[in-house]
Amino acid sequence: MKLSWWKLLCIALLFYTVIMGFLGPVPRLAILNESIRNLYFHVPMWFGMVLILGSSVFHSIGYLRTPLMSNDDKAVTAAHTGILFGGLGLVTGMAWARVTWGDWWVNDPKLNGAAIGMLIYCAYLVLRNSLEDEGQRARISAIYNIFAFATLVPLLFILPRLTDSLHPGNGGNPGFNQYDLDSDLRLVFYPAVIGWALLGLWLTQLNARLRRLERIAEEKNEVVASR
Amino acid sequence: MKYIFSLLMVLAVSANSFAQGIEMADALRSDGKIYVVVAVLSLVLAGILFYVIRTDRRISRLEKEMGDK
Repeated sequence: MKLSWWKLLCIALLFYTVIMGFLGPVPRLAILNESIRNLYFHVPMWFGMVLILGSSVFHSIGYLRTPLMSNDDKAVTAAHTGILFGGLGLVTGMAWARVTWGDWWVNDPKLNGAAIGMLIYCAYLVLRNSLEDEGQRARISAIYNIFAFATLVPLLFILPRLTDSLHPGNGGNPGFNQYDLDSDLRLVFYPAVIGWALLGLWLTQLNARLRRLERIAEEKNEVVASR
Repeated sequence: MKYIFSLLMVLAVSANSFAQGIEMADALRSDGKIYVVVAVLSLVLAGILFYVIRTDRRISRLEKEMGDK
C-alpha cells in the first residue's frame, strides 16, 4: 500500500518543522528569547483545531442534508481530534504563559474565550453520550455542533480583538504584525501549520475509517444473529 | 537594485546591533548540543509517525478483507 500524497506531505512538513524549528534563525526578542520557537508548535494546534472543527461542522451539515451515519461518524471523529488539538493548545499556551507572562493562567479575553470554547465542545461529547437512539443522537448533536462552532469563532477571533489582550494578534490588531512574525519565522511557521493540520486530518480519517468498519461488522453480526 | 540591497544591509546590521543585548541560547548552538535536541525530537516524531502509518495499513487491510466478503 502506498501512502497518499498528502500523508507524505504531512510527514515531510513535520520533520521540516522539528529540524528547522530549532536550527533556523529567529528574531532576538526580549522576554520571549528562544521560546519564540513555540510559535511552530503552539499556534498550529489552534489553526489545526479550527480547520478540523470546521470539517466537523461540514459533515454535521452533511448529515442534516442526507442522514447517513457515515456523515455522523466523520463529524464526531473530527470533533474528537479538534478537542485534542484544542486541549494541547491550551496546555502548551499555559506552559508558555508561565515564562513570558509570569503565571500559568491570566484572566485574558483570549485565554478565557479559548477555555469557554473547549468547554462548549466538551458539552458536545456529553450530549452525545446522553442520547441512546442513534439517529436522534446524530441529528441533535449535528445541530449542536453548528451552534458550537458559531460560538467558538467569535470567542477566539472577535471578542479578544474588541478589548485589550496580552496575547499577540489581539487588542485591536488585525492579526500578526511585523513584531509578531518576521520572514524567518514565516519560513517555518506556515509549513508547520500545514503539517500539524494534515496530521490532525490523518488521525481523524483513521478513526472515521475504524468507525465505518465497526458499523459493517455490527451489521454482519446482526445478519448472522437473525438467521 | 543596488540601492535597495545596501539599504537592506544597513537595516540588517543596525537591527543586529540593536538586538545584541538579548540573551539567546547561543552557547548551546556553538557547542553543537542543539543537534542532540533536534535528533531526539526527530526520533520521537519518527516513532509516532511510524505507529500512525502502521495503524493506517492495518485499517486498509481490514477494509480490504471486509470489502471482499
